Amino acid sequence: MLGYAVRRLLGAIPTLFLIITFAFFLMRVAPGGPFDRERTLEAKVLENLNRVFHLDRPVWEQYLYYLGNLARGDLGPSFIYRDFSVQQLLGNGLPVSIQLGATALLLALVIGCLLGTIAALRQNSWIDYSVIATATFGITVPNFVVAPLLSLIFGVWFSLLPAGGWNSPQSMILPVITLALPQVAIIARLIRGSTIEALRSDHVRTARAYGLPTRMIVVVHALRAACLPVVSYLGPAAAALLTGSVVVETIFGLPGIGRYFVQGALNRDYTLVMGTVIIIAVFVVIFNLIVDLLYAALDPRVRYD
Amino acid sequence: MTDIATGTGVPPTTRSRSLWATAFMRLRRNRAAMVSLVVLILFVLAGIFGPMLAPHPYARVYSDFVKVPASLEPYPLEAEIVPLAEQALARARLEVGSIEIDGSTLHVEATSAREIDPRVTRYLDRSDLFSNARVVEQSQDGKAIVIEADVQRLRFLFGTDANGRDLFARVLISIRISLMIGALATGVALLIGVLYGATAGFLGGRVDNLMMRFVDILYALPFTFFAILLVVFFGRNVVLMFVAVGAVEWLDMARIVRGQTIALRRREFVQAAEALGVGSGGILRRHIIPNTLGPVIIYMTLLVPKVILLESFLSFLGLGVQEPLTSLGVLIAEGARNMRGAAYMLLYPSLALTALLFALNFLGDGLRDALDPKDR
Repeated sequence: MLGYAVRRLLGAIPTLFLIITFAFFLMRVAPGGPFDRERTLEAKVLENLNRVFHLDRPVWEQYLYYLGNLARGDLGPSFIYRDFSVQQLLGNGLPVSIQLGATALLLALVIGCLLGTIAALRQNSWIDYSVIATATFGITVPNFVVAPLLSLIFGVWFSLLPAGGWNSPQSMILPVITLALPQVAIIARLIRGSTIEALRSDHVRTARAYGLPTRMIVVVHALRAACLPVVSYLGPAAAALLTGSVVVETIFGLPGIGRYFVQGALNRDYTLVMGTVIIIAVFVVIFNLIVDLLYAALDPRVRYD
Repeated sequence: MTDIATGTGVPPTTRSRSLWATAFMRLRRNRAAMVSLVVLILFVLAGIFGPMLAPHPYARVYSDFVKVPASLEPYPLEAEIVPLAEQALARARLEVGSIEIDGSTLHVEATSAREIDPRVTRYLDRSDLFSNARVVEQSQDGKAIVIEADVQRLRFLFGTDANGRDLFARVLISIRISLMIGALATGVALLIGVLYGATAGFLGGRVDNLMMRFVDILYALPFTFFAILLVVFFGRNVVLMFVAVGAVEWLDMARIVRGQTIALRRREFVQAAEALGVGSGGILRRHIIPNTLGPVIIYMTLLVPKVILLESFLSFLGLGVQEPLTSLGVLIAEGARNMRGAAYMLLYPSLALTALLFALNFLGDGLRDALDPKDR
């Protein structure tokens, strides 16, 4: 198992390398540069800036230079946030994004599994139908509609919760709900489907024949099998949640890293974009690995050596 | 795209006609799908004809009516007309004797210490409110005047935005934009995906391997990342965005079509065509692509809402459609910025987008159930 994990992580290095290369050159080929602002800089100033950031060198040289720094763990200075390095920006924002994402993920898992299981146990009852309706709603309505509406209803109309900002624990509530809602919907749907299937499977029938109590059968035998599709869905979903959402962070005014990618791409803040891409890619790789390991733990038929 | 559509518009055999007929029958029994179909048709009609029939052009700025709330009553409200007229007349330095409103005509009697220039009516005309101001009567010494003006009352069903543009017209035009993007980007995705997938599946072997590895690599890129980079690359151009979004979305289509093609390639009718000496292109066009149509249609109907969502998302971030043209995403972003005090600016576009997405998703689900009997 450990050997497998190490091999997978080593195997991820070429993938990361490809992604970094692709993103690097795509950003550089895009028209415009980090210093084209509304106010044009003096030619001499621009020239000096370009020299300081090595932008006057050929692109392949910049690429090698970037890779060299990266190998030493240096993501470079941000071009737009002048006084910060990319490490500092990401280091400040990542804890916020992870805190929000992890809370939302946990919430979504608990509620989603609960709703999905109940719906499956009471198939075709009104509970089932309302769970399906909620799930459809959660999947269909996009987060950039949910977020401002929640903020409007709870923040502005009823003044129950802060409409935005990052000052108190309460300011986490609305962003977490926004992040969790579509996940709850998807998880509930997946769990419902797979539980219905699992309840019909042989091992559950055997457990019933042994006379085990229903609760035990559901929790221990059915749910374990029913978890598998959720686990494989959760890999990429968790990576996306933990690396922040640009919509949620923009609407609620949160200092996470989700907005850095879009802002960076628009401002041609090359190093910041690269930093965000690398973070996202690393998260995706790690979570995919976790998913595969969990799979082996949950499903005795899957074995890695 | 038209190529393919005509290929099945006239089903070649009775068997396939009955397939489509039964699919349609199943669809008609699905109430959610039928309601969605009606809603969708209304949306399409609103998108095509709405902007032409809307009472105001979507880009026209009414500077007197910035952020007026949604209302069935025309603006200015009855009670506001007289004070507004008084303001305009005060600017003209007239002493107002009486102001009356008779239907849509304003009737003013005014005096002044000095002789009144008849051009004074322009003070009224200057406001968006009054038009065709005219002198009805002026006394001999010119110091008393009777003016009439037409009151222009405007109806803003959904209110106006922060620049004083009619939100109803803007929602209508953005429905048009969303549907257009949905259709065009899906068309692009369809074209690239079907051709790519069919070619890979038909040629097979090393070419297939190479082509599908390329798809895998594109798959590995985070989706929004790719879309945003494309927008950054092409600049903020609507037409290019259609293409960019379509170019991102063709991957699934290619996989589906490739899988179908591989299955079809071994079928007797393809071998027969090969034996008769039909070229690869001909077999692809006449036999493979028309037969992959079922899954492609299913995937397509689910792709349209996805594309509309992506477009709204990009527009929400300010990367999509640019002013004065607008899209639901832009309107929602503006609404979110102005929701304190002008909640209707957020509510109407959100409602429109949600209804559109619901209708498309339900219809897509219904079509899948209808066309794919295995799933039932």
